[in-house]
Amino acid sequence: MKNSTAFWNILLKDIKAYYLKPPNISWGIVFPLAWTGMFFVRSGQGLESIESLLAGVISISILFGTTSMLAVTVTFEKKNASFDRLLLAPLPLEVLMLAKTSGAILFGMMNALVPIAMASFLMDLSGLKWVYILPAILLIAISSTFLGLFVAVSVNEVFEAQTFSNFIRFPMLFLCGLFVPLQDLPVFLQPLSYIFPLTYGVDILHFAIQDQSVLPLSIDFGALIGFCVILFLISLRNIHKRWIL
Amino acid sequence: MEKIIQTEDLTKYFDDLLAVDHISFDIKSGELFGLLGPNGAGKTTTIKMLTGLAKPSSGRAVVAGIDIRKHPKEAQWMMGVVPDESNLYPELTGFENLNFCAALYGMARQERRRRSRELLKIFDLSDAADRKFGDYSKGMKRKLTIAAGIIHHPPLLFLDEPTTGIDVTSARQIRQLTMELRKGGTTILLTTHYIEEAERLCDRIAFIVKGRIIHIDSVANLLQPMQDVYIMDVVLSDATGGLLPATVQHFPDYHVEMLPGEVMRFTSHQPIIVSPIINFLEEHEAQVLEARRKKPSLEDVFVKLTGVDKDAMLNGTRDKGGRV
Repeated sequence: MKNSTAFWNILLKDIKAYYLKPPNISWGIVFPLAWTGMFFVRSGQGLESIESLLAGVISISILFGTTSMLAVTVTFEKKNASFDRLLLAPLPLEVLMLAKTSGAILFGMMNALVPIAMASFLMDLSGLKWVYILPAILLIAISSTFLGLFVAVSVNEVFEAQTFSNFIRFPMLFLCGLFVPLQDLPVFLQPLSYIFPLTYGVDILHFAIQDQSVLPLSIDFGALIGFCVILFLISLRNIHKRWIL
Repeated sequence: MEKIIQTEDLTKYFDDLLAVDHISFDIKSGELFGLLGPNGAGKTTTIKMLTGLAKPSSGRAVVAGIDIRKHPKEAQWMMGVVPDESNLYPELTGFENLNFCAALYGMARQERRRRSRELLKIFDLSDAADRKFGDYSKGMKRKLTIAAGIIHHPPLLFLDEPTTGIDVTSARQIRQLTMELRKGGTTILLTTHYIEEAERLCDRIAFIVKGRIIHIDSVANLLQPMQDVYIMDVVLSDATGGLLPATVQHFPDYHVEMLPGEVMRFTSHQPIIVSPIINFLEEHEAQVLEARRKKPSLEDVFVKLTGVDKDAMLNGTRDKGGRV
């Protein structure tokens, strides 16, 4: 009960202090809108391209929304010592970090709703396999958030977190099957695709929206869950190692 | 009396740098214990080890009967920590900050709100309750940070440099509140580099320099060897170079030295008679502006035991010999 009180209040504090700020709300809406518009114009196929673009813009919106926030909610708080206040609370580190990342997970899922809402005006979404889309959005949001956490606790400065994030985000974008199908990538790059969690999330979304997938869904879901667990555990270890000196 | 903190050979290295060097001390329940030393002496690192924010390289620390290395989270229920920098959330109001800190200890909503209002009143911050913490003055920030440290009624409070860098009025208020907390039964570990503050507030004091505890005792016991010491400071308008050797030679029963600010200090184990000194100095064409008897203070004890002067206390661990 005491842990849950602390958990909810950390989450609510982060939402109030960070996520509901106008720049972040606009980032959460404008960024997915910009990606969707850009791909829509670039495809040159008119409304028919919406279905093939949807998986990509959902994934990108979640990825950038979640990973960007952790640099603020974790790295910035550590830098200005307010994170020490949380470390001094009699709260298990696992609960503390789940509370700190829950806001980003929710933020990422909200970002995913923007391209879906836009698509709903342009195409019939009733035929999509929502039973796969919703858990995929959740798992992409969690794995992307924990990737952001991994970066946030590996650096000391906010700008380092942003730079380090880009080193991971941009290769991931080009290798996860969004721009180029996995099977069309050069052979020597294909193994790299499978070290990124987004590859598995995009594969589930492709299946749910276009009925096409490279891997069995059980592998996609299993890999995403595995990435979530591993990234979270590594982040906890890094906090113990780097921040509780 | 029960011991609430026990340390044994507590040591901390940061890579090759020895920050805390095998310190051992106990703090009794209800005591106001001071760690007095210059900046960089290892005071904050000691607090970090005792609160679970840093892992000792070696040695043992038991807080409220709990081994802090093995069970830091259990021990954290028993302690409040006020760090040397105010680290609350600038985007939240004073009330929201306290309410949030109370929630970290699992306090129920009604209790959190009641306690937050109570502390805002005690710390004279009720009028600023709805203002953002980022807009507070330094003194107000310090007071709210202390309030956050005691929101959950901890029996043990760590106060790290509570009055550094704030205005005189706020510093006085914080010292008063510290005394009241102590009277209420809270055990306090106070770190400071202000000697007068430690002398005024603490029951016992540990002098810490370069990571080592040089001496621990009660203020009364620390001052005891100085009880039969008499000091007189004579302020001169301009002391010529030959005046000091002449004075030393003329008054062999007194220890005579020049202090900064043209102050000639006479120290003796017998009462010092003023008039012969004034006459002698004026005969040697020195203009005496002021002569004052001085009671030996903790500063004198500190300087004697550690070799660190008051200026070095404020600037770092440089001692009288210029060593760092």
